[in-house]
Formats: sequence, C-alpha cells, structure tokens
Amino acid sequence: MPQVSLKVNGKKVTVEVEPRTLLVELLREKLGLTGTHIGCDTSQCGACTVHLNGDSVKSCTMLAVQAEGAEVLTIEGLARPDGTLHPMQEMFREHHALQCGYCTPGMVMSAIDLVNKHPEGLTEEQIREGLEGNLCRCTGYHNIVKAIAAAWEIMHGKKAARAA
Amino acid sequence: MAKEGIGAAVRRREDSRFLTGQGHYVDDFNRPGQLYAYIRRSDRPHARIRGIDVSAARNAPGVVAVYTGEDLAADGVGGLPCGWQIHNKDGSPMAEPPHPVLALGKVRHIGDPIAVVIAESKAQAKDAAELIAIDFEDLPAVADVRAATAPGAPRVHDDVPGNVCYDWHIGDLAAVEAAFARAKHVVRLDLVNNRLIPNAMEPRAALAECDVTGNYTLYTTSQNPHVIRLLMGAFVLHLPEHRLRVVAPDVGGGFGSKIYHYAEEAIVTWAAGKLRRPVKWTAERSESFISDAQGRDHVSHAELALDEEGNFLALRVSTLANLGAYLSTFAPSVPTYLYATLLAGVYKTPAIYAEVKAVFTNTVPVDAYRGAGRPEAAYLLERLVDVAAMETGIDRIALRRKNFIPPEAFPYQTPVALQYDSGNYEMTLREALKAADYEGFEARRAEARRRGKLRGIGISTYLEACGIAPSKVVGQLGARAGLYEVATIRVHPTGSVTVYTGAHSHGQGHETTFAQIVADHLGVPYEQVEIVHGDTAQVPFGMGTYGSRSLAVGGSAMVKAMDKIIAKGKKIAAYLLEASAEDIEFADGVFRVAGTDKTKTLGEIAFAAYVPHNYPIEELEPGLEETAFYDPKNFTFPGGCHVCEVEIDPETGVTRVVNFVAVDDVGRVINPLIVEGQVQGGVAQGIGQALLEHAVYDANGQLLSGSFMDYTMPRADNLPSITVGTESTMCTHNPLGAKGCGEVGAIGSPPAVINAIVDALKEFGVKHVDMPATPEKIWSIIEAHRPRLAAE
Repeated sequence: MPQVSLKVNGKKVTVEVEPRTLLVELLREKLGLTGTHIGCDTSQCGACTVHLNGDSVKSCTMLAVQAEGAEVLTIEGLARPDGTLHPMQEMFREHHALQCGYCTPGMVMSAIDLVNKHPEGLTEEQIREGLEGNLCRCTGYHNIVKAIAAAWEIMHGKKAARAA
Repeated sequence: MAKEGIGAAVRRREDSRFLTGQGHYVDDFNRPGQLYAYIRRSDRPHARIRGIDVSAARNAPGVVAVYTGEDLAADGVGGLPCGWQIHNKDGSPMAEPPHPVLALGKVRHIGDPIAVVIAESKAQAKDAAELIAIDFEDLPAVADVRAATAPGAPRVHDDVPGNVCYDWHIGDLAAVEAAFARAKHVVRLDLVNNRLIPNAMEPRAALAECDVTGNYTLYTTSQNPHVIRLLMGAFVLHLPEHRLRVVAPDVGGGFGSKIYHYAEEAIVTWAAGKLRRPVKWTAERSESFISDAQGRDHVSHAELALDEEGNFLALRVSTLANLGAYLSTFAPSVPTYLYATLLAGVYKTPAIYAEVKAVFTNTVPVDAYRGAGRPEAAYLLERLVDVAAMETGIDRIALRRKNFIPPEAFPYQTPVALQYDSGNYEMTLREALKAADYEGFEARRAEARRRGKLRGIGISTYLEACGIAPSKVVGQLGARAGLYEVATIRVHPTGSVTVYTGAHSHGQGHETTFAQIVADHLGVPYEQVEIVHGDTAQVPFGMGTYGSRSLAVGGSAMVKAMDKIIAKGKKIAAYLLEASAEDIEFADGVFRVAGTDKTKTLGEIAFAAYVPHNYPIEELEPGLEETAFYDPKNFTFPGGCHVCEVEIDPETGVTRVVNFVAVDDVGRVINPLIVEGQVQGGVAQGIGQALLEHAVYDANGQLLSGSFMDYTMPRADNLPSITVGTESTMCTHNPLGAKGCGEVGAIGSPPAVINAIVDALKEFGVKHVDMPATPEKIWSIIEAHRPRLAAE
C-alpha cells in the first residue's frame, strides 16, 4: 500500500492508504478527524472543505496520495490551543449561522478562505456567490452571510474580536 | 425576564462542539471489530427477481456475509410496519401491502434494497456488491400518479387493484353542492404540488452492535429513537425493549425524512446479532436520493364558490396523492388528516368537501417532509384565493380580509374537523404588508419595467396545525400510537438539574431553549441545567420531534414535570419551615412561607430530599425527580402572512426573489434568535420548492434528478435576505402558550412566491404556473405570449 506523508493541523503524519483512498477518508478514518464531514458523492455540497496549503479544497475531490507533502488544516485545527475560537467560528456562534451543524465545518473553512482572499471588502452578493460550493439545508444562508460579513471586519482588523 | 430565561436571545450552547468539529454524528462512531454493510439496490423500477447469485460476492476479499430477503424471511424478520391506518369512503381499511426489509420476489422502485454485503472494509463491501448477479424479469412500471390510476396501468402490488391504497373523503358533500348551486362565482384551479427530496445534509447512517449477552445497541440518524426501538423491536426483529438500546446522537438535519423506520436500521441490527460484530452502514448521497422518503407529490383540482360580494360559500377539492411503491411509516396520514383538515385555512368558508385518492407507483416512498400535508393545503388554498381575486376583480387583500375568521370568533370550529384556539390573521397581514412596503410596490414595478424587468408581489395568509396531537383524537383518526411527550426532571442534591426529554434535537437547539425554560420555571441558573435527549437508555420514553411539536408538546411535558417538582418541594419546605404546604409559595428558585421572610432555596430542598435526616420520611419519598407524560389537548395553530417580491428577466426567464417578509404567529417565543433561524430555513425550503426543486421521474420510474448535480438545492446565491417578524397570540391549551415554528416557513412561502410570479406575469394573462417555476417554464410562457403582445 502506498504511503503518504503530510502535515495535518500542524502535526506531521505518515499513513498507509489504498491508492483509491480520498483525502476526506484519510482524515476521518485514518486520523480520526471526524469534524470534516461527507455530505455527497458528487463534490457539490462542500461539507468536506478543508484548507490545503492555505486554499480551501473539497477533500472528497482529491486522493489522499495527492496531498503528499501538503499542509492540511481542518476544523479541529482552527481554534487556538487555549480554546479561543477563530473569529469566523465566533461570528457563526454569535449570529446563529448554524443549526444541525453538519455543513458547518466545511462552511467555516470555505468562509475563512473567502474572507482571506478579499482584503478589499466583500459585498453580500460576493459572499453569496462565494458560498456557491457549500450547501446548507437548515439556515437559508441568511445568518451565514451575516456571520461572514461580521468576521471580515474582525479578520481584516476593522473591528476587535469580542474580548475572550 | 431573566438574562437567559424565556424570551432571551441566548447563543446556542451546542455550537461550541459543532464549530470545532467535536459534534458526534452516527458516522463518527466506530466500534472495535466493526464491519461495513453495503446495500445492493434495484436499478430497475419494477421487476420480478428470478434469481440472485451471491456466490462470487461471498468469495470476494474481506467479505464476511451476504444476505438477501430470503435469509431474513427464513429467520422470521418481519416487514416494515405502517403507523397509521386510513379507511376508505365505504369504511373498509386501506390496502396495506407488505414492505419487506430486503426485496422478496419483486422490486418496485429504483433503490429498493435487494441484498446486503458485509465486509471488513467499506470498499470491500461495495466491490463485492457489484458481483451479485441478479436475474431480473423487467415489468411495466408507472411513476406518474395520474397514469397509475388509468385503466390498464401496471400494478405495483399484485393484490392492490388500480394501485389505490385508499379512497378517502372528509366534509359535507351535500352542503357543498348546495352552496355551489347558488354561487355567483365559481373559481376552478388545477395544480400540482411537486415532489421533493428532503436532503438533510447528513446522509442517513446506522451502526449496530450486539454484546455477548445478546443486548443490542443501535446508533441511528433518527428524529425519534424510542419510536424506532418500538417499531423495529416489536414488529421487525422481535427484540424486547430491555435488550435494545437506540441512540440518536447528533443528527445532521431531518425535516421529516429521519422520522421513519428504515430497512437499513433493521438490516445492521439483525446482522450484528448474527455475526456478533458491530455493523455500520452509511448512505452515500446517491443512495439518499433513492432511499430516503420523499415529500409532497399531489395533483389536485380545486373549486371555490363565492357570492356576489366575494364571501366564500364552499370549497371542493379532489386530490391524487402519490405514495410511492410502499407505505412509509406515517405516509397515510399526510394527504388526509395533515392536509384536508387544513383546507379551511384562515377563512370562514362554511362548507368544505375534499376527497383524496392515495396511489402506489414505482417510485421511492413518500412521507412527511417539512410541513407534511399542510404546505399542500396552504398552497392550494392561497393560489385558489388569488385566482378568485383575479376572476372576480376583487382586490386580493380585500378578498382575504373579507373572509378571515375574525379574532373574536375563537375558539373556531372549521367544517373539516379542527377547532382553532387562537389567532389574529389581520394582525400578521397588516404587519407583513407594512414590513414589505406593499403600498410602495407599484412604484418599484414601474422602476423595474424601465430596466426591462417584470416585477411582481405575492402574499399568502396561511395557517397550519401542529404540535401533534391529542392521543385519543389521533387514535380515532387511525394513528396506531399515542402522541404525548415525556420528560424527566432530575434535581441533583446540590440543586443543578438534568432534563431527560423525549423530543430530539437535530438542529433545533433544544439544549439551549429547553434549558432556558427550566431556568425560567425553576429559577435555577441556566448554566446549571443540562438537557439529555436521543438515547433510550437514558430517556424514559418519547415520541420524538416532528410536526413542530418539540416545544408545544415536549416543552409542556417538562413544565408538567417541573410543577410536580415544585409541588413536592413545597411539602418538603413546609416541613422544614414548620408551615402548612398550602402556605408555601415558589418563585425564582425560592420556597417561602407566604408573607414571611422564612425561605428555603431549591438547592436546600433538594439537599434535604437526598440527605433526608430532617425530612418527612413517613409521608414523602426521598429524592427530587419527577417524570411527566403530557398529552396535548388540541393541535396548535400557527399562522401568519408571507410576502414575496420577485423580479423576472424576460430574456432568460430567471426569477429572482428580491424581497421576502414572513410575519408569523408562533405563540410564545422562547428564543427569538432560534425562531428567526427556523423561519429563515423553512422559507429557504419553500422558495426551493417554488423555484428550484423537483424530483423528476421518467414515465418508467427512473429518477432523473438523482444527485445534487440534477436536483437543484437552494444555494446562497439563489436566496434573498429574509425579514422575519413574529406577532403572536398565545396557544390557549398548553402551559407555555407555544404553537411551534419549525414548519411555518416552508408552509407559508411557496404560494407567496408563485402568487408573486403570476402577478409579475399578469400582463400575459397567466392564471397559474406550476412549481417549480424554472427559467425554462417562465421563458416559455413569456415567449408564447410575445407574438400577441407584439401584435397589440
């Protein structure tokens, strides 16, 4: 069986995988990082979104072996070691941007990438278009859009995060 | 109001785990020695199974077992039971054909499970399932509900003639016919309520294990674990309750689709017993599309009789309801008591008659999906009222107002069985029109026209019944179970509280809102209240969460149990304070001798109850824990007004919802943040139904919209911001005054959207557009009328 070595949430790991193993299966089944979810089998829903070398990717859409040497960040690696939430997590909570929680990890990872890539600002329309690859069945997206707009302000230094 | 009591917008406590990847959904559980199940499903809509050869699959790498329907039948495994029996017009019971766990002799829809492969890995099970050779004899199939009732249609079940499960009716036909005979106006409308696929984001999953003593545990994606234990234990696997624990942990959305007892739950539990190893099954999304119960799928003809002034005289409705290939757990109740009883809506129509023919087809079974029957009723009625306005020339708002049940008429008995306890339809209408700037609309229409766009506005003044339901009543209507709810309140020795509720949270935020209720009622700090749900080993019993019942029924059970706690606490306090129990008052967590400063806190009372050194031990048991079963006295009747504004691009036929306002009467609001979220999510599903979503089968029963690439789920850029308001009257018959908010969004919104589209297209003389109003459909309507417009 092929071996794949990568860094996940800052930790180096080397795992044996079947060639057909998807990155999401490596995360969930080999590494026990079950925060990354699987919601479909056609790369449509985005529940499995993680960061790969700083970009958001659907981890069901690449083979584990393609992640050789990569740095992967999952929802579990987002909060600081002392438990302080990332501003995006905090704003999702503040604005009730999640209900059942299943799409949430992928939604948060996509949203962070969207905000990171738009330091110049994000309109509501851009946020909605930016979420094209992530499905949520509970919220109607209304509060997710609000949460992302609020997190943009904090992540780009326009507003302070709530004192922890 | 306490900081975290009833009415406070408390941020959800469940979010800390969901936001950090620490949620625990069924597929996240793994047990030592676990095997994986993969189900081989039918790729034929209708076929006889002449033979199944599993030998190659059995010999494939990693395979531990392969089972077919014959193996289960030989072991005495029963079919999947139906929980509701409807009777025909002539009093005879509905047709109830068997629903085997794995197909026996025939398959009846794409996705019908045929065999299960159990292997050491998921990939091995899936690979081996390909090796099962099935000798099919294809049979003619039928998917459309009208085609299924035509003479000579293929029979889905050999012993169900005409594919009719039941032919049911409600109301006074003679009174309706008399009213139509003297009517000034009769308005007619044919309409389809499109079939939907619920698509909770978490695919269904089930993991079962059986220990060495024969005790079973099933982890399953369910909205009602006790119901699953009861149905599967008693009817399918014949396992006694005390040996079967069912856990529904974090569940990633349900919307109705996770109410039912599904074959896969029985398969993994049975196999875990046979193999004495844990067995796990997780649906792939493609399987969800062909195995989760689907929703809606009605074809109706409706007629409304009006007098000269526009007063509604009578309503006559005839509906064909597609049930799919088998009876899902609660399917028969949806197009009958959850639908036709709602046809009065918010109007004082004196005579109503509805007949419903429920029909088997070679499609995936249909059951309750968010709203269940009530969206179909609201859609029919609110479309019909708009058509009546159009055809009589009476303004659509004025026509509604003229026919509203007035606030002073409550309690109001409808001609279709229900008695509404409270409501104020004028209030929600007025507030919604104000919030949507209805008066300013014509200016916006004109402005859009200058940009070459067609703008329309539509409203719906809808009503629903939820909080199901008085057990005696639903028993008379055919329910095979009672529909009470259960709560246990355990006050610990130092005064903190654990609540065990039979309701189940799969996104609703019960861990937060239920704790708010307890904090409010017992005066305990919110942080000291813990809510436990979803585990038959912990919660005494429960009927689960559906039909917007958690707060109205489950919350009421909690209040009832807390009242027992307070009553017992008063007796203990009386003993400790040397007073009479009648003189003890309880407020804000403190027992007090009325008119004195002699007090004991709930914590002190609890401590005395668990350390009963100084305690009325002769009269009163130690401990402070109470269980209550609450049976609702009536349904609850949320309602309100939704206003939708759309803009259509005539060049492309694309409809954009540019504004949406929902003002709902949901009774008591525990947490406004959560109510708004529920309404926004419901509206999104309603807009999805109106514009995007459609489970399309070809004439032979092949599902054409079987993935997220074909079935159009609403995405963020398909939806507008949604303005939500609540204008509540209190429910008069439950202690919280709660009505429920889970389904209002999905019920009120589809007719508002279609009414807006018809309004936008009014210059084309369009009377009706069936859902979903896709760009192609709208574009075709506009194109068909272009020559006429050009000529004018």
